[in-house]
Amino acid sequence: MAQGNKHEPLLRIVKRGESPFRLKLLVRIAAVLLALIADALFIYFVTGLDPLAVYTTMFQGTFSTPMRFSWAMRDLASLLLIGIALAPAFKMRFWNIGAEGQVLMGALATAAVMVYYGGKVPNAVLYAAMLVAAVFAGALWGFVPGWFKARLGTNETLFTLMMNYVAIQLVACCVNIWRGQASGLGKLNMRSKAGWFPQLFGQRYNINLIIVVLLVVLMYCYLRYSKQGYEIAVVGESENTARYAGINVGKVIIRTMILSGALCGLTGFLIVGGRDQTISTTTAGGNGFTAIIVAWLAKFNTFYMALISFLLIFLEKGAGEIASAYNLNDFASDIIAGIILFFILGSEFFINYKPIFHLGKHGTITKEAA
Amino acid sequence: MDTFVAWILRAIPFGTIIMYGAMGEIITEKSGNLNLGVPGIMYLGGFAGFASAYLYENSVADPNMAFCVALALVCAFLASMAGGLIYSFLTISLRANQNVTGLALTTFGMGVANFFGVFILDGRTATQSLVYKTFQTRLPVLSELGVIGQMVFGYGFMAYAAVILAVVLHHILNHTRTGLNLRAVGENPATADAAGINVTRYKYLATCLGAGISGLGGLYYVLDYNQGIWATTGQIEALGWLAVALVIFTTWKPLNAIWGSYLFGMLYWLYQFLPTLMGFSVPGYVTDLIQMVPYLVTIAVLIVTSMRKKREDQPPASLGLAYFREER
Repeated sequence: MAQGNKHEPLLRIVKRGESPFRLKLLVRIAAVLLALIADALFIYFVTGLDPLAVYTTMFQGTFSTPMRFSWAMRDLASLLLIGIALAPAFKMRFWNIGAEGQVLMGALATAAVMVYYGGKVPNAVLYAAMLVAAVFAGALWGFVPGWFKARLGTNETLFTLMMNYVAIQLVACCVNIWRGQASGLGKLNMRSKAGWFPQLFGQRYNINLIIVVLLVVLMYCYLRYSKQGYEIAVVGESENTARYAGINVGKVIIRTMILSGALCGLTGFLIVGGRDQTISTTTAGGNGFTAIIVAWLAKFNTFYMALISFLLIFLEKGAGEIASAYNLNDFASDIIAGIILFFILGSEFFINYKPIFHLGKHGTITKEAA
Repeated sequence: MDTFVAWILRAIPFGTIIMYGAMGEIITEKSGNLNLGVPGIMYLGGFAGFASAYLYENSVADPNMAFCVALALVCAFLASMAGGLIYSFLTISLRANQNVTGLALTTFGMGVANFFGVFILDGRTATQSLVYKTFQTRLPVLSELGVIGQMVFGYGFMAYAAVILAVVLHHILNHTRTGLNLRAVGENPATADAAGINVTRYKYLATCLGAGISGLGGLYYVLDYNQGIWATTGQIEALGWLAVALVIFTTWKPLNAIWGSYLFGMLYWLYQFLPTLMGFSVPGYVTDLIQMVPYLVTIAVLIVTSMRKKREDQPPASLGLAYFREER
């Protein structure tokens, strides 16, 4: 072996089989720690502030008061729900970048029902109508790119991305009509509160939290234990294998996208009814994009998704807190989150691949066992 | 007629912004990398260009405007390339997922530009760099030759540079060995690798240079289109996505980017000029619907190209996939 080693490269990369859980955990923890160090360096060099003090302040953004915590939970619910909605599509390797638009369509349908039927029908009927309209609108927004992908192989990444802007313009149009001469839309049905979720344990959005927890479990079981979940996994691994196994790939794609879109629509319903009681073009607030990262990093495991969503929300709230405490601005959270995401994304490499270094003159393999 | 001229005068600068963004992304995608970080990169380029020009202007008593322009261009290009480098390292060397990395880069770029932007704004809602006057300098005689002169020569130098760049890129992609190799890498990296092409180097260079070109779009937006005004807005993000859409519209051909981008510009400003041209006024909510048209057109193009299945109109075959030599 020593003979041929002249041409051995210094660094060779080998694909790992299944990595042990311990390694996965270690790599991820190391990635987050390194990212926090990188963020600390960034904070120190840019602002000259003591990073530890900054991180303490950051911690307060979520945990200082019960109120703060419940706000964090409220925002977590929206983000996590979209992540759950995206999971089946992504597991199928269908790049649904259109969650933003699907959520907006759900929200728009909900708001439309509230505007046109609020106070005219009994509350129970109103809620049902809002829910059905939202789920249908979201499902439609997922169905269209899904159908074209299944029938014509149209690129779904770009299709769903464009559908976001169509949805945004539709919302802008409706808001423009509904606000009339007023400068803004304000809360819908302010006086009658028709269509507003009832308060549960003192908060309207506790209903959202309960639904999210339920869906975390349901989606986990759907993907892991149901026949449809299995079909999704096979299509995601290889469409040819799926076809060979007798799975109707087109049908699975369309069905999964309807599900994904419907759940996004449901999120829109919960945001409008349970959180905002109004609608604007920023109702989804970029969560549709952030949720993609959540779903991908968690490898479609809904419980990991809850963890990662929490981490991201924690960062966002923390950065807001830093901003007000040190007179910086909210955009710090984008940078901090960006750096953390880069590190976590990069760390996947060490889970899936094994670098082998060839050092020394005679090709001594120094890092074979890892 | 006046409305039509005004429409063109609006549409071409707007098109130029996304033309830069799209040309950079075409080069990137030709190497098989789908970089969804274009909005973030355009933010980086726009901000780096603006900040360098602004700081130079305010630190020197008698700023040399030509130097200032060059400085802004170089800084924008380098900052955008840095964004592209992060993306390249993660997706090419570490084989991270391209879509997710791109989206993270968009978040990061937006964050960097707006975070540091606030320091420059220093409490104001907007500041202006005077270098925009140099960017907007028109050819002295030709641009005054009536309507045609205005429509053809009435723009800053970067609008023409974009057209030249598109022609140059077309030539490189289709008539040189480098271009052939690059396309081979994007179509089938394993075959390219077997043919002795350094796949990693091509992917890195194409992605970083592509990011640099995309970033110039951000620079053009801030220092020419927006008259050197920096304010914290979300506008660049929407432009970045429109540039990604334009790449599809052009079916990955730089020459199509020229007319495609101007067409997008016309469509984007349709809502302001169409009603006047047709001689009727429309309520506000209809303009919201008209603004939807560029996106609908892109969707239509997507569907039509996937229906026709013409081989030369398809995306690079390995687009979005990481290449690992030992995996066949």
